[in-house]
Amino acid sequence: MKLVIAMLMDGVIYASWLFVIAAGLTLIYGVMRILNMAHGSFYAIGAYGGASLVGFYLAGGYPPWGAYFMLLGAALIGGTIVGLLIERGLLRMMYGRDEVVMILVTYAILLILEDVIKLIWGVDAYFAYQPYTLLGRTKLAGLSFANYDILLIFVSALICFVLWWGLNRTRKGKLLQAVIHDRDTAAFLGINVTRMFTVTFVIGAVLGALAGALTAPGISVMPGIGVEVIILAFAVVVIGGLGSVGGALLGALIVGLARSAAVHLYPDAELFVIYGVMGLVLAFRPQGLFAIATARKI
Amino acid sequence: MKYATTMIIGAGIALLAAGLFMPGWLTFLLTLAFAKGLVVMGLLLLMRAGLVSFGQGLYYCLGAYCVGIAGDYFETQNALLLILLAVVVCVALAAVIGLLLCRYRDIFFAMFSMAFSMILYGVLVKSSAFGSSDGFNVKPPLLFGWTPTGESGPFLAYGLAVVALVGVGIFVWRYLRSPMGYAGEAVRENEIRVEYLGASVRRIIYTKYLLAAAMAGLGGGITALAAGHIDPEMAYWTTSGEFVFIALMGGVGHAAGPVIGAVLFELLRTYAFQISPYTWQMILGISLLVIILYLPKGVWSLVERVTKGKPL
Amino acid sequence: MSALLETRSLARNFGAVTAAADIDVTINAGEIVGVIGSNGAGKTTFINMVTGYLAPSSGEILFKGKSIVGKNPRQVMRAGICRSFQVAQLFPELTVLDNVLIAYGIMKHKILPLMSPLATKANIQQAEQLLEEYGITSYMAETVVTLPQGVRKLLDIALAMLRKPEILLLDEPTSGVAIDDKFDLMDTVMRAVRKSGAAVLFVEHDMEVIARYSTRLIAFYDGRVLADGAVSDVMNDEKVKELVTGHHLDIDYEQEVQHA
Repeated sequence: MKLVIAMLMDGVIYASWLFVIAAGLTLIYGVMRILNMAHGSFYAIGAYGGASLVGFYLAGGYPPWGAYFMLLGAALIGGTIVGLLIERGLLRMMYGRDEVVMILVTYAILLILEDVIKLIWGVDAYFAYQPYTLLGRTKLAGLSFANYDILLIFVSALICFVLWWGLNRTRKGKLLQAVIHDRDTAAFLGINVTRMFTVTFVIGAVLGALAGALTAPGISVMPGIGVEVIILAFAVVVIGGLGSVGGALLGALIVGLARSAAVHLYPDAELFVIYGVMGLVLAFRPQGLFAIATARKI
Repeated sequence: MKYATTMIIGAGIALLAAGLFMPGWLTFLLTLAFAKGLVVMGLLLLMRAGLVSFGQGLYYCLGAYCVGIAGDYFETQNALLLILLAVVVCVALAAVIGLLLCRYRDIFFAMFSMAFSMILYGVLVKSSAFGSSDGFNVKPPLLFGWTPTGESGPFLAYGLAVVALVGVGIFVWRYLRSPMGYAGEAVRENEIRVEYLGASVRRIIYTKYLLAAAMAGLGGGITALAAGHIDPEMAYWTTSGEFVFIALMGGVGHAAGPVIGAVLFELLRTYAFQISPYTWQMILGISLLVIILYLPKGVWSLVERVTKGKPL
Repeated sequence: MSALLETRSLARNFGAVTAAADIDVTINAGEIVGVIGSNGAGKTTFINMVTGYLAPSSGEILFKGKSIVGKNPRQVMRAGICRSFQVAQLFPELTVLDNVLIAYGIMKHKILPLMSPLATKANIQQAEQLLEEYGITSYMAETVVTLPQGVRKLLDIALAMLRKPEILLLDEPTSGVAIDDKFDLMDTVMRAVRKSGAAVLFVEHDMEVIARYSTRLIAFYDGRVLADGAVSDVMNDEKVKELVTGHHLDIDYEQEVQHA
C-alpha cells in the first residue's frame, strides 16, 4: 500500500513536471509543424535564470516568499527574449522547409544555445534550494513529500487549465486552432498566420523556461540538463500525439507513472520503460493517442 | 563503372600509403572520421529515400560493444572476426526493429529510431558488467597474428577503416546506380506510384534499413578498435544527431559526400575545440545553419558544380 | 463474349459517408467503356477498389472469374489490371527518363538488384522507344515538375501500360488538359491500347470525348450504376439527363472522399 502511494505520488509529480515541458513543445509543433529540439535549451535557460535570480534576490535580504515570483519572472523574461530572438531572427527565414530539415535547424540552435548558456553561467552548478525547503514537507501514509512538489502538481494543473481555456474559450485560441487544423485555409481566411507563429513560439518558449525555473529549486542546475530533458519531452508528445495539448497531458501521466513504477520496482529499467511504453503505444497507434488527422488524396 | 571502381581503389591505396607517413594524431583522427563516414554512408541510403534516422547511434554503439564484449568473452583480438561479428549482430537486430520501423515516415521514423537507440543507451548506462556510463577499454586488435606496437600502433585500425571504406564506397557507388538505388529516390518521391509499378515500398525501406545498420555496425566496430575505449555515449541521441549533421554537411548526392563530411566534421570539431573549448558546439551549430541555408546539398555539391561546370 | 472483369454489389463507406453503394459492372474483352457521373458518384472509389487500393466494405470483384478482393495494388497489377490517376502519379523531382527507367527496373525484377546498373544502353533505348510511342521523347531530359499537364498525363498512362495489362482503368485521362489537346492525347492512348488489345474503362466528363472513343457508356449516380448500355441510349436516358449530364458544370473539381 505504502509502495503504491509512493509510486502514484511520485508518478503524478513527475508527470506534472513533464507536462509543462511537453505542453510547450507540442503547442509549437501543432501550430508551426516544428519539432523544436531547442526546447531543451529553453528549459535550461529557465532553470539557470531562475536559480541565479533567486540567488540575487535572497542575497539582497528580501522576504523569502518573493523568490517564487523571481522564478516566474525568470521564465517569462528568459522565454520571451529567447523565443522572440529565435523566431524572428532565424526560424522566419526557414519556413516552408521540410519538417525533418526544421528538426536539424532546431538541433543547430540547441548546439548554439548550449554554449551560450555556458558563456553566461559558466560550467559550475547552481543551487537555489530555498524555495524548495521553505514550504516544508507533508507526511502522507507514513511517507514524506516536499510541499513544493505537491505545489508543482497544482501549478501544472493550472497551466493545463489556462491552456485549455485559452485554446477553446477565447477568440484568439479558436483562431489558433484553425491554424493547427489547416494552415493554408486559415491564411486564406485572413488569419495573420505569421503573427500566430511568433506568439505561439514565444508562449512555447516561456512554457519550456517555466518548466526549467520551477525545477531549478529541486535540482543542481548544470550544463547538459536541457539535452536530457528534450528526449523525455519527445517521448511524451509522441505518445500523446504530436500537436495535441490533451495528448501531452495523457502522455505525461503515462510516462510519469511508468517511470515511477520502474524506479520503485526495478530502478535499472528507468529509461528503458519510458521508451518501451513509447514503442508499445506507437506499435498500436502509429500517430500517437490523440493525433491530428491528415487526409491523402489520389 | 569500371573507371569509378578503379578510382576508388586507387584513392584507397593512396590513403594507405599516406598513412605510413602521417603523424599519429592525424592517423587517429582520420580513422575515427572514416568510421563515422561508414555510418553516414548507411544513413545516406536512408536519406535518399526520404528517411532521416536519428538513431544510427544504436548500431554504431552496438557494433562497438560487440567488438569489446566478444573480444573479452572469446579472448580473441582477431580484428576481422570481431568486426564481422559486429556487423552480423547489428543486421540481426535491424531485421527485427526494421519490421516495425518500415511502417513509419518523416519525423515519426526519425523519433522512433531515436527511441530505440535511447533504449540501448538506457540499458548500457545501468549495466555495471560493462562499466555503466564509463564504458570499458577494448584490447588492441590483432590482424593475422600481427599486432602493431609503438609508432605503427594506430595504423592497423586506420588500414581497416580505409579498406572498409573502399569496399563500402564501391558498393554504395554501384548501389546508387542500381534498380534498388533508384527505387530509393522513387520511394521519396511518390510511394503510391512505386506500389502501382509493382514494388513493395516496405521491402525497399527494409532493405535499406538493414544495409544502413550493417554499415553503422562496421563503423562502430572499427571505432572500438581504434579508440580502445567505448562508452554508452555512442548510443546517445546527440551521437546520432552528429551523423545526420555529417550527412547534411557532406551531402547525400554522392557516395563521396559522407566521407568528406566526416573528415570535415572531425577537423572542424578538433580545431573548434582547440581554439575555444567553451564554444566549439556553437561553432558546429552555426556551421550547420550556414550549410542548411546556403549549401542545402552539402559540400559535395560544390565539387559537382566545379566538375560539371554548373554555375556557382 | 466473356466477362473479363465483373463486380457484384460492390460497396464502400467511410464512416457515415457512402462512396459506393451497390455497383454492378461488367467489362468484356476488347471493350472501351466510358464512365460518367458527377462529384462523389463513386467513380474513383470504384477504380480504387478494383485495383486494391481500397478494400470494399462488401461485394465481390471477379477478374477472369476469380475473386481479387483482398489483393493489394501490386498483386492486382501483376494479375493484369492497371490504372492511371486523376492527378498523374509520377516522381516529380526526377527526369522523364528516370521515371521510365525506374518503372522498367521495378517491372523486370521481382527482387530488385543492388549492384547492377539500371541506366544501361539497352534500358535507355527501351525507355526511348516507349516515350516515342507516346510522342513525348522531346521531354526525356526534363524534370517532371516542369512538364505541361498533358505530358504528365501521357507519362502516367504510359507507365500504367508498361505491364501490358488486360484491363486499363483511366481516371479522367483528360482532366487538366487543354481542350485543344484532349483528342490528341486520347488518340495516342487509344493507338497504344489497340496495339496491346487491352480493354479500357475510362472516367471522362467531356461528352465529345466519350462519344468519340467509347463503345459503351456507364453512368454513375450516388454510388450506384444509373444506366449502362450503348452510348446514345445512356446519353438519352431521362434519368441520366436529369441527374448526371444536366449539371456537370463542376466537372474539374471532382475529389472524392479518401481515407488517409
